[in-house]
Order: sequence, then structure tokens, then C-alpha cells
Amino acid sequence: MKREVLHAINRARVNRKAVATLTGPAGETDRVFHENDLPDGPLGEALARAFRTGKPGPVELESGNAFVNVYLPPVRIVVIGAVHISQALAPMARIAGYDLSVIDPRTAFATPERFDGVDLRADWPEDVLAERPLDAHTALAALTHDPKIDDFPLSAALSAGCFYVGALGSRKTHVKRVERLLALGHTESEIARISAPIGLDIGAATPAEIAVAVLGDIIAAYRRRGLASPAGDGA
Amino acid sequence: MQDVQDPLIAAEVWLAEGRGVALATVIETWGSAPRPVGSHLVVDSDGNFLGSVSGGCVEGAVITEAAEVIASREPRMLEFGVADETAWRVGLSCGGRIRVQLERIGG
Repeated sequence: MKREVLHAINRARVNRKAVATLTGPAGETDRVFHENDLPDGPLGEALARAFRTGKPGPVELESGNAFVNVYLPPVRIVVIGAVHISQALAPMARIAGYDLSVIDPRTAFATPERFDGVDLRADWPEDVLAERPLDAHTALAALTHDPKIDDFPLSAALSAGCFYVGALGSRKTHVKRVERLLALGHTESEIARISAPIGLDIGAATPAEIAVAVLGDIIAAYRRRGLASPAGDGA
Repeated sequence: MQDVQDPLIAAEVWLAEGRGVALATVIETWGSAPRPVGSHLVVDSDGNFLGSVSGGCVEGAVITEAAEVIASREPRMLEFGVADETAWRVGLSCGGRIRVQLERIGG
């Protein structure tokens, strides 16, 4: 492996960009690929599949058998709302191995006492997300019910192609939310990606149970991404 | 991601310190295998290593081979498994088989 190849892999990973490599028939890993710049033919198809599924695998080239490795950024969950559900979701996400941040401008909710050891930002989502943008490897869960707080990050999540976008609220609340997102220029098919009411339908009643439903929903979306609809995890 | 326990980040640090470094990658598994395809182990010329290609069953053999790959600059393909006693002195107790590709980093 060339030193530049190693450097390119690490640089992409540090910047939360997906990256893939090709190990040729001679056993040298000498090529690096990014998601938005794929070659044609069987190699391009193998790379696209690897980016979609996160799974490395073999590829047959004219020159012989080769190997595609792929490095996807770690999954991150961004929660809007320092609410009771988020207090339960934060430790569950940690156990499941996902990074999690909580954003809520309401300083009465976003207190370190309520979120010990959690990456918590008591600022408006507009400001926090400008600093640390959403991406395709991030799940967004909007849990405040408040359009003033939830709408911007929901819209940003659809634009960024977050692999999961969920919003808490009744079906009635969601109908109004859909109207506002249409007015912001999102298409109906984009908006249909929002999981609302949020979470798997397991009859969850308590905040902790709803947190289980939300985490399960996120895991299902992540593990099945791109398998049903190949473009699902794209831009 | 600035994790010093990350094998690929460590490899860059080791190279910058002037050490010879080899990269081992699991490229194929059959049956039950402890580490998935794509997993990395990095080894320096003194036998220091980080990461894993199995649950600790074959790392010793990979590290030994790595020293030769660092010296020769020739990539190598290793195969381990309990069913295959022909080539390697160690095996996987879980009953799986793995193929590990070894290459020197930095030519």
C-alpha cells in the first residue's frame, strides 16, 4: 500500500467521508475511490455496492481477482430536544455503539445534570449544525414537537440525505409539518422518508420504551439502507 | 477518529517515526469467523501490532509473516483454518477459515 493511499483513507475517515480502496491481483492496495467519483464497469458496480452496504468484497477484473475494501464513517445520531426520551436514548445509543449528540436551545431542558456524559449543546440547531453539518451517515431524531426548533433540522436532514429522519408527534401534527416542509421546497417523496410518528410500532408508552422504538427504527434503517432502494442513502 | 487505538491512524504515526509497517487485511472468510472481511491488523518491524484479524488465534503467525513482508516488500496471501493443516501451524478453534492479505505500507 502506498503511503498516500493510507493517508487518503485516514483523511476521509477523519472528515466523515466514505472511502474505498482496491487491492489488485498482485496484492497491492494502490487505488482510492470516493463515493461521488466511481469508474464504469464491474469495478464501479462493486464499489457502488460496497459504499451502499458498507461491506467489502471481491471483484473480478480483466487482470484477475481483486478486493474492494470500504470505510464508512461511524454512525452518528443527532437528537433535537433534551427531553425525557432523549435521556433514555443517550445511554442506549452508547451501548449500541453509536455516537449521539443532543441539541436543544431551551436551557431549562439542556442541562448537564439531566445529560451526564452526553454531548449536549444548549444552542439553536441552526447554529450547531452550521458548525457540524449533517451527512448521509447520520440519523436525525426530532423530539421537541416544536416547529420553531424541529423544522430547520428536519429540513437540513432531508437535504443532507441522512440515512434516517424521524419526527415525534401525532399524525395530525405531522400533516401540518408536511405542509411546512413542502413550503420550504422539499418534494413529497423526500418528505415521505420521515419516520412519523417516530419509532418502530411496538406499542411503546413510556419515554424509555419510545427510546427503544426510536433506536430500533434507526438500526433497521441503517442495516437495510440501500438494499430496498439503491438510491436511498445517496444525496 | 483521532483514536490512537485505530490501526490505520497508528500506521501513519509509525511510518512518520520511520518504522517499517505491514498491513494485514481479512479479505475472505468461510464459516464462523471472528472478524469480518475488511478488518485490519498493522505490524511494525519490531513486532508491535494493533488491531486484529481473528480473535487472537492467528495473530502470532501473521506478525511473523509480516516481518518477512516488511523486509522483502513482497505482498503475501495467508490462509488459516482448522480444516486446512497443510500450510500453517496455527488454526482457528471456531472452525472457520480466513484469508489474510499482507502488504508493506510505503513501498
